[in-house]
Amino acid sequence: MAKQLWKGNEALAEAAVRAGLVAYFGYPITPQTELLEYLSGRMVRLGRAFLQAESELAAINMVYGAACTGVRTMTSSSSPGISLMQEGLSYMAASEVPVVLVDIMRGGPGLGNIQPSQADYFQVTKTSGHGDFRPLVLAPATVQEAVDLVYEAFDLAEQYRTIVIVVADGNIGQMMEPAEMPPMREINGDRPHWALVGADGRDHRIITSLELGAERLEALNLRLQRKIARVKREQVRWKEDKTDDAEILVVAFGTMGRISTTAAEMAWEKGIRAGVFRPISLFPFPAARLEELSQRVKRILVVEMNAGQMLEDVKLAVGKDYPVEFYGRMGGIVPLPDDVLEAVERVHTEL
Amino acid sequence: MGKVVEKLVYERPKSLTDAHTHYCPGCTHGVSHRLVAEALDELGIRERTIGIAPVGCSVLAYYYFNVDFAEAAHGRAPAMATGMKRANPDRVIFTYQGDGDLAAIGTGEIVHAAGRGENITVIFINNAIYGMTGGQMAPTTLEGQKTTSSPMGRDISIAGHPLKMSELLSTLDGAAYVVRHSLHDVKHIRRARKAILTAFKVQLAGLGFSMVELLSTCCTNWKMDPVESLDWLRDNMVPFYPLGEHKVIDAVKDL
Ligand SMILES: Cc1ncc(C[n+]2csc(CCOP(=O)(O)OP(=O)(O)O)c2C)c(N)n1
Repeated sequence: MAKQLWKGNEALAEAAVRAGLVAYFGYPITPQTELLEYLSGRMVRLGRAFLQAESELAAINMVYGAACTGVRTMTSSSSPGISLMQEGLSYMAASEVPVVLVDIMRGGPGLGNIQPSQADYFQVTKTSGHGDFRPLVLAPATVQEAVDLVYEAFDLAEQYRTIVIVVADGNIGQMMEPAEMPPMREINGDRPHWALVGADGRDHRIITSLELGAERLEALNLRLQRKIARVKREQVRWKEDKTDDAEILVVAFGTMGRISTTAAEMAWEKGIRAGVFRPISLFPFPAARLEELSQRVKRILVVEMNAGQMLEDVKLAVGKDYPVEFYGRMGGIVPLPDDVLEAVERVHTEL
Repeated sequence: MGKVVEKLVYERPKSLTDAHTHYCPGCTHGVSHRLVAEALDELGIRERTIGIAPVGCSVLAYYYFNVDFAEAAHGRAPAMATGMKRANPDRVIFTYQGDGDLAAIGTGEIVHAAGRGENITVIFINNAIYGMTGGQMAPTTLEGQKTTSSPMGRDISIAGHPLKMSELLSTLDGAAYVVRHSLHDVKHIRRARKAILTAFKVQLAGLGFSMVELLSTCCTNWKMDPVESLDWLRDNMVPFYPLGEHKVIDAVKDL
């Protein structure tokens, strides 16, 4: 298929449809709403399930219900809505049903505002609900990457029977860019071996997150941890730019990764050797490669649209003695390449 | 000696497993489980039914029903049922929920499921108390009723009035069949049985939301013996929670 101009949210929605989305449930919230609006027409015309729920709490539990029957299902929201979905995420993690969630982050805390933000890095990677679990978290930097990641997210969710969160900020949700859509997948009626479809000619199946015995619950947790370890081994993703002979390494994800790449180009023109390391999988965090690169460069500069959240993972990766600088803006302010360049220059003068 | 003719008058419904339940002696959950199972058997739908257990005493209902089952977060069973039904319109989906689950934490989910006319069946166990957590006040606790969180009796000036969920949901256009029955004696249990059967028929006919509220006992947390609690239900709950058909759309009458 040729490239077309797509709005991020609508591109994400169409990619999900093409991945074989059977049932979508969601609730309007800026800057994600176009995703829901797009699917309200598209899904119904295809004879698939679409429902605008009464809340994010209901939406995530509708998704949970559909997921228990083994169909491809998803929801999407933005920061305050994700807070409400945390209950459902925890239950789904425990009962190991696959699900895809798109989070188009906005400024917080509280109602915050509707501008782009990356302030929910902690929420999606570390605190997405009670109990010991970690979703697989993927962060695109372009509309095309968003399309490709959400398309693949359904396979990953099924492969690991896990939650996959595609997290972007309002920029990616709202902007228009050329993107090529993947092919339309057939929805095959086959359901996985664990799905609830009715106990016809077999023992009844149960999907629950309740394990009353301490030993059994620990065993479940150990199984979840083994799965997380597998995800950590197999799903680490990142992108590097000009890292070969860089002296300063800018580490940034999503929109900030992209802006930092422009800033790095500007830096090179000024004779500053700046490379960019952009984690695509926020969980699992590409710590090993970052550690490797840190040995080659002199300084790391983390750039985020928050107060320094991924910064903690970077510091964990490179160790407490490594010089890590930070530049971040909050409240929905998106730094321009010039702002990042300034931060790079500041770090450079200290070298 | 003449031939002995055996006539089977009572057996375990196919829709129940042979597990022993964890319910307290005298609890009416066992009765309602059996009534639901009998309805599934009679309609021949066990093999294409999916149940959803609540958080509450019946959280483990999935061990007792020989039916595919999921366990919901507290109050969210109607949302889960919605997701299941929308993705699988040819399956029969039912929730089984207590009054804390349905009428407190899950009020939003049940109201909207009913309002949408979600084609699911809800079995609503109203025992006027939070059983599982040890007998706290429920939204359905009667005025003056003592619980561990209303030790002087439910004071309306503090806790407000009990919710009548069947009446409330009856006002919604999506509700096709909303009835309240009681499990305090055999006559009433038979009526409840018939209502549960009808509720599933409503779903099979695609008529919309159906709910059977069952006035139930909780001997342990009411601190009464089983017989006393049946009498207490009859004398106190039935007058406050009128039995009968609160909402029956015309199409149901033709079933
Ligand atoms: C989110 C959440 N809040 C509170 C609880 C604790 N809790 C478990 S059961 C229950 C009350 C259930 O009462 P009811 O629905 O009346 O059912 P019963 O136990 O009486 O059958 C509560 C409050 C919980 N499990 N989850």
